[in-house]
Amino acid sequence: MTATETTPAHLATEDRFVPIQTRSERPTSFDPADFGTPTGREVNWRLSDLKRLAPLLVDEETETGAEPAIEYGLAELEAAGLLVESTGHDAAPRGEVFRPEDVVSAIAWKRCENALHIRLPEGQVQEQPVIARLHGTGAERRANAHIVVEAMPGSVGTIVLHHSGSARYAQNLEIIVREGARLTLVSVQDWQDDAVHASAHQAVVGDGAYLKHMVVSFGGGVVRVNPSMRLAGHRAEGEMFGLSFSDSGQHIESQVFMFHEGVETRGDVLYKGALQGEGARSVWIGDVLIGQDATGTDSYEKNQNLVLTDGARADSIPNLEIKTGDIAGAGHASATGRFDDEQLFYLQSRGIEEEEARRLVVIGFLMEIVQKIGVPEIEERLAEAIEEELRRGAGLAPASKAGA
Amino acid sequence: MSVLDIKDLRVSIETEQGSKEILRGVDLTINSDEIHAIMGPNGSGKSTLAYTLAGHPRYTVDGGSITLDGEDVLEMSVDERARAGLFLAMQYPVEIPGVTVSNFLRTAKTAISGEAPRVREWIGDVRGAMEKLRMDPSFGERNVNEGFSGGEKKRHEILQMELLRPRFAVLDETDSGLDVDALRIVSEGVNRIKGETGLGVLLITHYTRILRYIQPDHVHVFVNGRIAEQGGRELADRLEEEGYDRYLKAGV
Repeated sequence: MTATETTPAHLATEDRFVPIQTRSERPTSFDPADFGTPTGREVNWRLSDLKRLAPLLVDEETETGAEPAIEYGLAELEAAGLLVESTGHDAAPRGEVFRPEDVVSAIAWKRCENALHIRLPEGQVQEQPVIARLHGTGAERRANAHIVVEAMPGSVGTIVLHHSGSARYAQNLEIIVREGARLTLVSVQDWQDDAVHASAHQAVVGDGAYLKHMVVSFGGGVVRVNPSMRLAGHRAEGEMFGLSFSDSGQHIESQVFMFHEGVETRGDVLYKGALQGEGARSVWIGDVLIGQDATGTDSYEKNQNLVLTDGARADSIPNLEIKTGDIAGAGHASATGRFDDEQLFYLQSRGIEEEEARRLVVIGFLMEIVQKIGVPEIEERLAEAIEEELRRGAGLAPASKAGA
Repeated sequence: MSVLDIKDLRVSIETEQGSKEILRGVDLTINSDEIHAIMGPNGSGKSTLAYTLAGHPRYTVDGGSITLDGEDVLEMSVDERARAGLFLAMQYPVEIPGVTVSNFLRTAKTAISGEAPRVREWIGDVRGAMEKLRMDPSFGERNVNEGFSGGEKKRHEILQMELLRPRFAVLDETDSGLDVDALRIVSEGVNRIKGETGLGVLLITHYTRILRYIQPDHVHVFVNGRIAEQGGRELADRLEEEGYDRYLKAGV
């Protein structure tokens, strides 16, 4: 398939540099060659672990060999009747809303012949959450994927993508929430610690529709999940929640974009991260754009990080851009810190030992997001994983005052 | 019968201008089943005494001693003090996001008594204590102090005191920000717990209003980091009429 987007002039002309001011004006292309290889100075790669992501920057055939690098456990989707015949490059709705914004995403688009297509049929209320289980079969193995999740008008449901095992995995997720539909989409990165995963999510929410989008990352070596959501319809509503737990050597990144395009749209972004151990890293870049026609919009974004030990680093960059004077509300906040002494003092003054007090504070901090998932199996797995992380971190000295 | 003994206590805090002395030699002995009111103008060191007793890291003890039945309290960590039987009802209790009141209470009770409370009994105790403080049962599912009104925060402090059964409680301006009804409910709670357990109380307050509900055995007037005068109930009545001007002018 040929690119449907024209290549922006400044990408085609090597010697011209045009700073990109507005998040929505970021160049897009279906051709990896248009992006070139990132140098690490680009706004969307500046804080990334390009060294470990390097295998995903190579544009080559990946769907070779009999054994797939990623096994797709789709039995639950099939049983629920949500699986549609795979879609090729030209088959709608693939590409209806998705436009690759970086080279990894363009490669994933190009190198994935048949997209997985998950569809909630019109008017159908799917009571039980449905989990797709994606399992990587080897840290040296590479896979590219394009996945379409489509909630038809008036449908209601919860879809979970659960990633485990290990692989070098580039992934596009195209999410279409049509008129009046209510979709919850949860992507869980429960990888082994040598996995490399770069994923671009692009969602469009239609008239009166609602999308709750969640990114939960605690396993993996480098995990970069960049979700964007366009509230296109009148009174479209979107929530973007994220939870990450970075250990020593883990680089967990999310570049989040909420675009209020429609009138009277409501958006809420909340990402929380905990970090512990030498070299633990998290990167959060949050952009909210309120378009010039998006009157009556209500928007809020917040990122909070809790640095549990010295040697960890959290980058947090919230951006808010408003192009109309007529909004109901807009705000953003970012806070990165070590343990709150006053919280610890309060708990300890009730007889609770310091270590237990820390545990309560961390779990409490992260639970705010966990409680929003609404999928018991995933919530339990997560509570277990958080306990596991804390056990692992128990021997590490808490972050010193100067450290945060 | 227990004794909380404070001798020649001197405490300072670090400020941007360097170390600042707040308590300049405080002597105070509190026995079980006694109520001591500490009164005094703002900035006289009342809250510093409360937080020093609880072991807040912000305060540096430069001299003197605090003992509980002969045990050196200053040597104990914050949680050890609580397990030894000290309780501080705070003026500004902090929010703990994601930790529910019921989880918090159970964890604290387990820590204080060294074993998890028996489930059925515990649920009954919590419900009973909440009823007496006119708290809605749904309170247990809320996150600690998150979105609590001033009155709810104070009731929650007294609820903890009721369930944790300390030997000595310091009430740091528990009366501030309470309306008359809430003040009565909270005061009744303090009196009830004292009646049941022989709790010794150090009641820190700026106003005499709460002393109508909680009758002090002793009143101590704090001025400039020292006890300037002490007496019985009648001293509180006198303060009610005269205020603290007399002490401030004297420049004690």
